[in-house]
Amino acid sequence: MTTTELPLTRLLLGRRAFGPMGGAKAPVLIERNVLVYRRLWLMLASGFFEPVFYLLSIGVGLGKLTGAVDGVPYTDYVAPGLLAVSAMNGAVFDSTFNVFFKLKYGRIYDAMLATPLRVGDIALGEITWAQLRGLIYSAAFLAIMVVGGLVHSWWALLALPVTVLIGFAFGAVGMACTSFMRSWQDFDLVTLALMPMFLFSGAFYPLSVYSHWVRVLIETLPLYHGIDLLRSLTLGRVHVGLLWDVLYLVVMAGIGAVVAARRLERLLLT
Amino acid sequence: MAQITSADAPLIKAVGLRKVFPPAKRGGEPFTAVDGVDFELRRGEVFGFLGPNGAGKSSTMRMIGCVSPISGGELTILGMDPRVDSSRIKARLGVVPQEDSLDLELRVRENLLIYGRYFGLKRAEIAERTAELLEFVQLADRAESTVEPLSGGMKRRLTIARSLINSPEILILDEPTTGLDPQARHVVWDRLFRLKQAGTTLVLTTHYMDEAEQLCDRLVVMDHGRIAAEGSPRDLIERYSTREVLEIRFAPGSGDHESALAKAEGLIGTGERGSIDRLEELPDRILLYSDDGEAALAAVHGSGITPLASLVRRSSLEDVFLHLTGRTLVD
Repeated sequence: MTTTELPLTRLLLGRRAFGPMGGAKAPVLIERNVLVYRRLWLMLASGFFEPVFYLLSIGVGLGKLTGAVDGVPYTDYVAPGLLAVSAMNGAVFDSTFNVFFKLKYGRIYDAMLATPLRVGDIALGEITWAQLRGLIYSAAFLAIMVVGGLVHSWWALLALPVTVLIGFAFGAVGMACTSFMRSWQDFDLVTLALMPMFLFSGAFYPLSVYSHWVRVLIETLPLYHGIDLLRSLTLGRVHVGLLWDVLYLVVMAGIGAVVAARRLERLLLT
Repeated sequence: MAQITSADAPLIKAVGLRKVFPPAKRGGEPFTAVDGVDFELRRGEVFGFLGPNGAGKSSTMRMIGCVSPISGGELTILGMDPRVDSSRIKARLGVVPQEDSLDLELRVRENLLIYGRYFGLKRAEIAERTAELLEFVQLADRAESTVEPLSGGMKRRLTIARSLINSPEILILDEPTTGLDPQARHVVWDRLFRLKQAGTTLVLTTHYMDEAEQLCDRLVVMDHGRIAAEGSPRDLIERYSTREVLEIRFAPGSGDHESALAKAEGLIGTGERGSIDRLEELPDRILLYSDDGEAALAAVHGSGITPLASLVRRSSLEDVFLHLTGRTLVD
């Protein structure tokens, strides 16, 4: 391995010691997690309330003061933003804290790698699980939006698969980042990255309030693309430009998953 | 992908096997953990790696377990190359790692269930084997227990049961009884002995000479990443030690130890009864190697040495190790 390669290319394309990374056996990871969370369903339920509370306080409460935003009632405007945030949060939580514990203390992955499972199976399985967790919250929240009359179009049917994509992209990058963390203190960085993204990515107001360069900056962040997609779908404002959002998230998911798998290899198959 | 299945082909064959770890820091020295070892594992035997901590045993085990890429030499496991066929090899191995890697978020029975699923086994098949295996390791009554409250010995037995879920052709155990109390060790030894009787091929590492003597048909003595000697425990003792050993101790700080050492050297190779072959000096005692320990003790007394305490015992692998490396196994 030469040192002249860029770190990312090395992670993505560098030579592997044990052949292909696998991935086809990922479902067994989900089987394991289902077995664990069967007893912890209450913990799963807690994640559902967060976006609902935001919707009530900011959407309904603040909405009384703001009036219409972007041509629709404020609740209708905010709800898809919160949907994107909940898809993100659900996936990030599982792929960071839980993965870090398994990696550093649980030796769960060491045990898995003694079996025919490969690093790609582990990465793909854990990311998919993280995303599934986000999906449960998203589905519940979307149901509330439908019941509350916040959805304007049949395009909203595509909102659920889009939350899957958002969850997968954030879960993948979350797991990849977790593989670089050395201690629990490093998780402050996760909060540091998520909090401003949550506040400034256009969940609560249109990007038109920003100057040009701030707007460009926000548009490079992944949450903006998730919010843009979901809002366009639930408000029925679909256009070709949304494919760019999809592409952004697909690429993010792909790179995140490959880096996560390669990092597992580097950390565990030494 | 030639899979050699003839009965006398070795299950594992290593030639000049090396493991070099890259430097921990930029500009540091790479660390050679395994420095060119050759060995063969035959079907049905219990093969041991005996050596102190840091001898390269665990690194060797991890390479065999296909979780550590080899740095040099050749390694063939079940006729396959780990670099190409790691998953196919692992499907036929059972691994008991040095540190327990049980899934603490799952119960005892679930640990076996999900581990079997990692191998792609059917649930019904796993359920059947789980019942047998929990019985075998005496944990049937703890099947629904969580893992955390189990004792160290129970956890190790559960790990052994887990490693057997896929009916492996080779069972790899890295220091299977390190950290267990004597009673728990005996239970583990008993189970491993039964597996051996049932024809399972075992590879184990240990720094306990009694473990190696009890379990291993054949073993290699490892030190500093190299193999110092190879043979059955009895062979090695015959080859590198005498039948008996006389241990003598002196009061610390009295100077008796030093003067006795000089006198005892005069007893080497006298040809008389109680003549000693050689001696080894340890910080707290002197070991005199002789085929007749009692006669050697008489000779020691005869030469004017008066030890504070003395002990005559049979030679063990510890003595072999001491002879080969000049060091003891457990510091």
